[in-house]
Amino acid sequence: MSSTLRSSLSTLWWVPRGLIFGLMAFFIFGPLFNLLLWTVAEKWYFPHTLPLQYGFSAWERVFAPRGGALDSLRNSLVVAVLTVAVSLALAVPAGYALARLKLPFRSLILLAFLIPQAFPNLTVYVNVARIFYEIRLNGTIPGVVLVHVSHGLVYAVWIATAAFSAIDVELEQAARSMGAGALRAFFDVSLPLAAPGLMASAIFVFLESLDEFTGSYFVGAPDVNMLPLLLYTAGSGGNYQTASITALLLLVPSLFFMLIVERFLKADVLSRVGR
Amino acid sequence: MSRRVLGLFLVAPSLAVILFLFILPLCLSAVGAFRVDQAWGLGNFWKAFDLYTKDILFSAVIVGLSTVLIGVASVAIGGYLTLGTHPVAVAILRWLYRWPMFIPFIVVGQILRAFLAKNGMMNNVAVSLGLMTPLDATSFLDWRGIVIAFVWKQTPFVALLVAGAMASVNREGIEAAVNLGASRLRILFEIVLPQVTTTLAVGLILSFVTMMSVLSVPLMINAQSPTMLTADIAFRVNSYGDYGVANALGLISLVLAASVAWIYLRISLKEQA
Repeated sequence: MSSTLRSSLSTLWWVPRGLIFGLMAFFIFGPLFNLLLWTVAEKWYFPHTLPLQYGFSAWERVFAPRGGALDSLRNSLVVAVLTVAVSLALAVPAGYALARLKLPFRSLILLAFLIPQAFPNLTVYVNVARIFYEIRLNGTIPGVVLVHVSHGLVYAVWIATAAFSAIDVELEQAARSMGAGALRAFFDVSLPLAAPGLMASAIFVFLESLDEFTGSYFVGAPDVNMLPLLLYTAGSGGNYQTASITALLLLVPSLFFMLIVERFLKADVLSRVGR
Repeated sequence: MSRRVLGLFLVAPSLAVILFLFILPLCLSAVGAFRVDQAWGLGNFWKAFDLYTKDILFSAVIVGLSTVLIGVASVAIGGYLTLGTHPVAVAILRWLYRWPMFIPFIVVGQILRAFLAKNGMMNNVAVSLGLMTPLDATSFLDWRGIVIAFVWKQTPFVALLVAGAMASVNREGIEAAVNLGASRLRILFEIVLPQVTTTLAVGLILSFVTMMSVLSVPLMINAQSPTMLTADIAFRVNSYGDYGVANALGLISLVLAASVAWIYLRISLKEQA
């Protein structure tokens, strides 16, 4: 085969590739673009392909004091930050113990944190809501935080364990042999070295909490309004503008974290997750 | 204090959260399914099967079909990322496929509802490309919409796992097969895929369980009958306060999810024997 024929053949390969990548891009970015259009559409009805009029009046309505979005946004952020704080406070000691100390049934303990992800959780939340109702936690922020913690703990504990086991033991031993106590060695050596991994686990827990719908629906609603609940109510009421703006508010942190999480989650930690 | 006791002491608070906020309610739900008016019985199950047999089958078929499609798509993506020869094409695919991974289910429900509707963007583009007339446009907001939403959201996750496992397959075997003139499709199915089946199965089982418990997608895309069990459970609780039937339906979906894991275990044990 001559080299010109070969090169034109390899150019020809871009036709099926372009077709498949084009279709994939349409199905991935089409819905996202459609969402963006809805957030700025003033008037849009059948059979028009594009909105008839653009504007930001829906944004004004959503962010007006009585629009509910600010309230939900604040609740969502408060719950997510508290969930991260509680999860890390639980996961840092647990991760350190699982990585460094000899524990009986270590792999069973690790597996236990996976249980909330490995069972259909809808009826669990239904029953949690019942228990919380009796101890007056239903419809409160601490109640929602507890539900989110139970769900996000697998990321927090698994990644924290991986982060601590990726640290060279000799660094801790060096600190100890120079006279540092166990706590001092932990806070001055191990914790700073594990910080990027712990940051990654905080990001995962934050996203899980921000996006969680089922638990918030049963335990939080209608007293604690959160962004996913606002999105659901607006969407089922046929208010596509409000629903799309809320969806965008949830979408931006998700995509942003997807782009930066690889910076915190290095291969040496990633390869140890779940071990 | 011995290291062992200290370790358990440090792990105990996290385990307590899982125990009291997940395992205990899970047990309560299993027990509650058998309680009818302060007595033990199977009444909730008869009622569940009586009212929702169609939805039980519907859920199993929808989630099963989605799982198969996710498996096919993620093997195709992972295979191309591992065996693709053109670096630019591989880079484009690597950049493209991950976008939906972190998008929450509730947002997926909303954006696909707008995209797949009768006058949504998908039909509009097909009409303006001349592929069909406006009269042929149909809404995809039924079982197809749910399947599309599940595949859209879960494929990147499984593809990421599969591509990672494929990348660690020994390159020498692949290169030897290339030198012997084997086609890339054959290399994928006969050399690469057999070495990543465990990862693929784990990804698919996790996706299956996730899809069995997603409430937002069926609520947003198709809450009319027939619908998914999750929508029925929410309806029983919110409209009737009927925890018995809701717990029975939850146990049924648990059995469906467990049977998939059991089939996988049987197959993998048979292979090892």
